[in-house]
Amino acid sequence: MSQHIKLKKGYNIKLQGAAENRIATCEQSATFSVKPDSFHGIQRPKLLVKEGDKVKAGTPILFDKKHNSIMFAAPVSGEVANIVRGEKRKLLEVVIRADKDVEFADFSKHSISEINNLSREDAAKQMLESGVWPNIVQRPFGVLANPDEHPKSIFISAFDSHPLAPNYDFLFKGEDKYFQAGIEVLKKFTAGQIHLNIDAEGEVSQMFAHAKNVQLNKISGAHPAGNVGVQIHHIDPINKGDVVWTINPFGVIQIGKLFLEGVYDTSRLVAVAGPEVQKPAYYKTYTGANIENFVANNLKSDHVRFIAGNVLTGSRVDGNGHLGFFDNLVTVIEEGDKEEVFGWVLPQFNKPSFHRALGLMAFMNPSKEFRVNSNMNGEARSFVQTGVFEKVTPMDILPTYLVKAILAEDYDDMESLGIYEVIEEDLALCEFVDVSKHDIQEIIREGLDMIQNS
Amino acid sequence: MKFVKNTFDKLRPQVEKGGKFERLYGVFEAFETLFFVPAHTTKNKGVQIRDAVDMKRLMNTVIIAMLPCLFFGIWNVGHQHFLAIGQDAELLDKLIFGAIKVLPIVVVSYAVGLGTEFVFSAVRRHPVSEGFLVTGMLIPLVLPPTIPLWQVAMATVFAVVIGKEAFGGSGMNILNVALTARAFLYFAYPSAISGEVWTVVPQNETEIVQGYSGATPLAIAAESSSAASNARNTEAEMLQKKADDPSESNTILYNEAVENAKALNTKSLVLDNMNSHWGSKLYQFNSMFFGFMPGSIGETSTLMCLIGAFILIVTGVGSWKIIFSVFAGAYGMGLLFNGVGANEFMLLPAQYHLVIGGLAFGAVFMATDPVTAAQTEAGKWIYGLLIGALTVIIRVMNPAYPEGIMLAILLMNVFAPLIDFYVVKANKNRRLRRATV
Repeated sequence: MSQHIKLKKGYNIKLQGAAENRIATCEQSATFSVKPDSFHGIQRPKLLVKEGDKVKAGTPILFDKKHNSIMFAAPVSGEVANIVRGEKRKLLEVVIRADKDVEFADFSKHSISEINNLSREDAAKQMLESGVWPNIVQRPFGVLANPDEHPKSIFISAFDSHPLAPNYDFLFKGEDKYFQAGIEVLKKFTAGQIHLNIDAEGEVSQMFAHAKNVQLNKISGAHPAGNVGVQIHHIDPINKGDVVWTINPFGVIQIGKLFLEGVYDTSRLVAVAGPEVQKPAYYKTYTGANIENFVANNLKSDHVRFIAGNVLTGSRVDGNGHLGFFDNLVTVIEEGDKEEVFGWVLPQFNKPSFHRALGLMAFMNPSKEFRVNSNMNGEARSFVQTGVFEKVTPMDILPTYLVKAILAEDYDDMESLGIYEVIEEDLALCEFVDVSKHDIQEIIREGLDMIQNS
Repeated sequence: MKFVKNTFDKLRPQVEKGGKFERLYGVFEAFETLFFVPAHTTKNKGVQIRDAVDMKRLMNTVIIAMLPCLFFGIWNVGHQHFLAIGQDAELLDKLIFGAIKVLPIVVVSYAVGLGTEFVFSAVRRHPVSEGFLVTGMLIPLVLPPTIPLWQVAMATVFAVVIGKEAFGGSGMNILNVALTARAFLYFAYPSAISGEVWTVVPQNETEIVQGYSGATPLAIAAESSSAASNARNTEAEMLQKKADDPSESNTILYNEAVENAKALNTKSLVLDNMNSHWGSKLYQFNSMFFGFMPGSIGETSTLMCLIGAFILIVTGVGSWKIIFSVFAGAYGMGLLFNGVGANEFMLLPAQYHLVIGGLAFGAVFMATDPVTAAQTEAGKWIYGLLIGALTVIIRVMNPAYPEGIMLAILLMNVFAPLIDFYVVKANKNRRLRRATV
């Protein structure tokens, strides 16, 4: 029973420097890393390697004491070069110096029919050992999926509506076979549907349009239409006690490759985009790549901020930092650490804004692409403006009240106002449009942690 | 600019943590950010870019929207003055006269209010909020031009301290701050804010034109209505008296009373009285819509308020739902009263309610204060409709308070959280129902 969900609320932030649909070449990154912070729900990571160890792609690097069956594996083969720790010896990342040619750890290979006959337990075992399991994110809370859980449905968003997001059609060209195999494997984990949600407005690749054993839903509307949380809310909402798994197409393909080819293959395309990138394009690399080579000689200015991911949900990395497990985008914007004389009263033609308060001219030119910077554009204040969060949240959720319930640590209210249905990314636009400059995403995560640990 | 920047840079070490005047950081920040949007950047995690909007721009938009009311108010204060003394005056004379009366009130309101904010910022160590930039302008606009300046200062301090800071500062207050100031004056110094205070007239009565009256349309409506009902009461009394003692003198008195009551018993009594007001055509509908009448400085002109409303709605800063529903509520209640028609004020055509008193100003600038209004979208409709309806009810049913909008908004400020509570509860219930199906 396919559905067509038409979303009226939301907002697309248009930025300069979208990646062209071509693969640029550069020297392969020298190092790759595994960052526990890519995932929520890791509490006590335990290392399985030490500096100097040789690893193959698929060799377990670490696991979490709390979920000790889930292995986090090396994305490439090579030598463990550096184990980076932060304050209180918190493990930040494990850096691997890559071999010239990737050597894969061996996992068992299956034909399509063998996959169909595989039991859930065997499939889970192979996924857990090989490093593909962390692709599955469990709702509520957006944490690592618990392998013993029986989710009521699995959701795959087949498009990314974030600013400058890579084009999925281009990203996954020719991977149809693996995608379908991945679906067959995932099918074993839920008695319900696998929902594959496609963009009703864009072109949809054959891989998604012809996928079998899924419920194909169409979603139309502005960002956050591509967010899987919004899609779940409209198609099969999460109530208290429900569990839903989400996974992105790359994860599905990785699972397919694991079973068809017997390898943990992290090779992927990464978009390098943003207003400060000279030639925005895609680069062929592996998960957790060092971004240094992508941006070398490819920048318009030198005072920039590198973002692993997109401008709404990504995180800042150094010029030689590494991408996270889920990142398929490097965004480069100008660093906004300079003062602006009378910036609050002068007309602003060159800054994106959802608002139309006097002097904000962005709404006059809805198709304009902006060159943004990282300035806060104002100071933090108490909540004053109302009704704006609701306009960028295409869900029957009252974001202001939810945020206030979290700030007040009111567990009952958090629950009844729908905290199970959101994770940070779903309310990222609220953080962007907020006149009072609150850290909405951070607050939401605090709330999720509170509920989870209560 | 360089000089300004250097000055701030020189002062900064003094007000930063550990500095001699670290308590004054909020004040320092308030002034610095007036000149420069600071170089703060987004955090390492979370959104990496922020919308160009900020609180200063939001508040600035509201102030700009109020300027038509202010300028018209300044002119009108002069205009009314020269009408009252029967002099023809040039536009410039009126503006100059009005400015001399109005600007000191504005200056006192801002100076005292911001001073209070600065003190609280230092004591409570919270940033100075931009909210007062709007409040400081609203307060003068809802006061009569004859208000003594010391009362303006008192009211402003009261409003900022009790109305706002006691609750934790901007964004936390329950009552509209500017209306708190006005309500304070209304109950503490009623003689300065009711009666014939709306026009600046000379002390020496001989300079005033003959037949002058400073009554506002609201006062006329209330008076006419009570005069008519008094006449009816007298008539009934006399009838009783005549029945008890049918003497000639009583019959004469009774006949007089009947005549009196008859004279006042016309459906359009209020309108007639307005039209026969001393100033020619002063209280005709058009004149009142444009605002050529005595009243609080900024609230007489419905047209100017509508221009402000246009700015607020186009910029999305004020809620069109609230503005529209206040007007709709008042008009609807006016029609309903027309239907009931129990007294003469009730018979005032409903559209007149929209142009007399401060209804338009309250609807556009007071009811839309996002902090004290209902915060849910459905709640905004209910909140606005009730303000409009209550305003007319207070005007018509309670002649002791001729202006209803102030009390209606304050009352609904108090009830806004309750309205929101039920709207939020409905949202929760939808979620709960979904789970149990």
